[in-house]
Amino acid sequence: MEELSAAGEPAIATHALTKRYRGGQLAVDRLDLVVPRGSVFGFLGPNGSGKTTTIRMLMGLIEPTSGTARVLGEEMPRAGRRVLPRVGALIEGPALYGFLTGRDNLVRFDAADPTADPRTRKARVDAALDRVGLVAAAGKKARAYSLGMKQRLGLAAALLQPRELLVLDEPTNGLDPQGMREIRTLVRGLASEGTTVFLSSHLLDEIEQVCTHVAVMAQGRLLTQGTVAELASSARGRLAVTTPDTAEAVRVLKEHGVNDLTVDDDRVTGELPVVARELADLNAALVRAGVRVRSFGTERASLEDAFVALTGEGFDVAG
Amino acid sequence: MSQAEAGAGSGAGAMARAVPAATARRTPSPLWALSLFRSEVATVFRRWRTFALLGVLAAVPVLVGVAVKMETQDGGAAGHGGGGPAFISQVTNNGLFLVFTSLAATLPFFLPMAIGVIAGDSVAGEASSGTLRYLLVAPAGRTRLLLAKFAATLTFCCAATLTVAALALAVGAVLFPLGDVTLISGVTVSFGEGLLRALAVAGAVALSLVGIAALGLFVSTLTGSGIAAMATTVGLLITAQILDQFPQLHAIQPYLFPHYWLSFADLLRAPVYWDQVLDNLGLQALYAAVFGSAAWARFTTKDITA
Repeated sequence: MEELSAAGEPAIATHALTKRYRGGQLAVDRLDLVVPRGSVFGFLGPNGSGKTTTIRMLMGLIEPTSGTARVLGEEMPRAGRRVLPRVGALIEGPALYGFLTGRDNLVRFDAADPTADPRTRKARVDAALDRVGLVAAAGKKARAYSLGMKQRLGLAAALLQPRELLVLDEPTNGLDPQGMREIRTLVRGLASEGTTVFLSSHLLDEIEQVCTHVAVMAQGRLLTQGTVAELASSARGRLAVTTPDTAEAVRVLKEHGVNDLTVDDDRVTGELPVVARELADLNAALVRAGVRVRSFGTERASLEDAFVALTGEGFDVAG
Repeated sequence: MSQAEAGAGSGAGAMARAVPAATARRTPSPLWALSLFRSEVATVFRRWRTFALLGVLAAVPVLVGVAVKMETQDGGAAGHGGGGPAFISQVTNNGLFLVFTSLAATLPFFLPMAIGVIAGDSVAGEASSGTLRYLLVAPAGRTRLLLAKFAATLTFCCAATLTVAALALAVGAVLFPLGDVTLISGVTVSFGEGLLRALAVAGAVALSLVGIAALGLFVSTLTGSGIAAMATTVGLLITAQILDQFPQLHAIQPYLFPHYWLSFADLLRAPVYWDQVLDNLGLQALYAAVFGSAAWARFTTKDITA
């Protein structure tokens, strides 16, 4: 009965979740987060915005000061023994035993799970190594691994069991572009199999490429959450004109009420006018003024624009 | 990885698709819980550091044995005038006494220092390397992990004591004659009974280390630095040993964990004097209870931020 009702609940639901550290610092402030089942949920925020503290509370590593956190329908940290075997996690980068081989690291983490059958441990470890492409390096001591390999091994540990929820904190940190692509492919593959993926990242384009939903945090507070499309559409797009006559183009556009104009080589961009039909008039005005227009159009608002609009600051600036 | 995925796709994919059913019904067998303890022991004994500690311990009986042999080449007995560790004057007559000499020599410092290193590092070392968070989300369970750590430390206590005892027996057998054993009380028993008593002594020594193991485990839950925990535990050992030397402090001495350590010699009397041996075991049990509970209370409520 409990299982049935639990299956209908969101993968993660927090209510007024708050963490105040002993020094009095408020790390997470009344967070109400809802991660739907089956979503790939991007968790965004500058460094120090409370993302990792939130993840640690969800995983039962940190006791909330107040509020509740439900993961897979059960309350954390109390139900950790039932919930955590169904959750795979990569928290703040990989941590490995340098003196053990990659394979033995996985054996150790698998042995720590009391629901893991020792008779099938080897098969699980092999499958996880295979999944992250580490079979060839499995016999090497983990201290000899590159950061990218450590990251993969950490992912392999999260994939030892079939999981309902994967919590990945900065999973592409330290990976080369090829490695990042592979992780994205892996995340998409897992999501298509029905696993809910909760992904924190500081790479907005990564969130944009992979995620269906997104939440934005700053200074311990949730600024917004929703689908990626909703958030991106909440930020207005920009007008972009490519022309060799940039100075003239800026003058004409300014005359026609386009604000926030910036010039970048032969590109002029500015805030999109509120009324769409003005666009054609703008183009005509440019041409009339003798501006040689190579291209004219609007740029879809990126998640980054939305983010900057929300936080009022660059992404990597600590809050 | 994409290639690997293509290969593993069918297997892993099928597993993942069956997610809700497979994961919800995964019920643990009580025996599987022992996996963590086995993994702990394996992890301790696969560190280079552990073998360095055991190597230092193993060197003691060899050094003592060789030194006694060299000093007594002329036929005189070693340790006349009461110098050196207990029983050392008996070693030339009977190699078995090298076991008692070596244990008496290592128990005040080398053995507990080794335990302090292992126990102090047990939780704090994992915290500083970050592996603690992955064990806990596995989920190892905090109580279960602490029990596994304590049990693995006690396993190391036994291994360390046996290393000293076994090597001392081997060196003693090679360098000195073996035979009937004359006990402290003057009674002579057969070599077989002497061996049994040596085993009992080794057991008593291993159990003497329970107190510092519990103390080290507690210290280990207080800090996120393995080195700090090891240093603190060894520091507490030295402090206790020093306090145990002052006659003015006799009121607190019965509560210092090293106080009854050398009582194992009473097992070499006929009949055995049990009083201090039992006092020692009781004291070690008290330390295990007090500091074990303190470690549990601390570790189960601690925020893991490392």
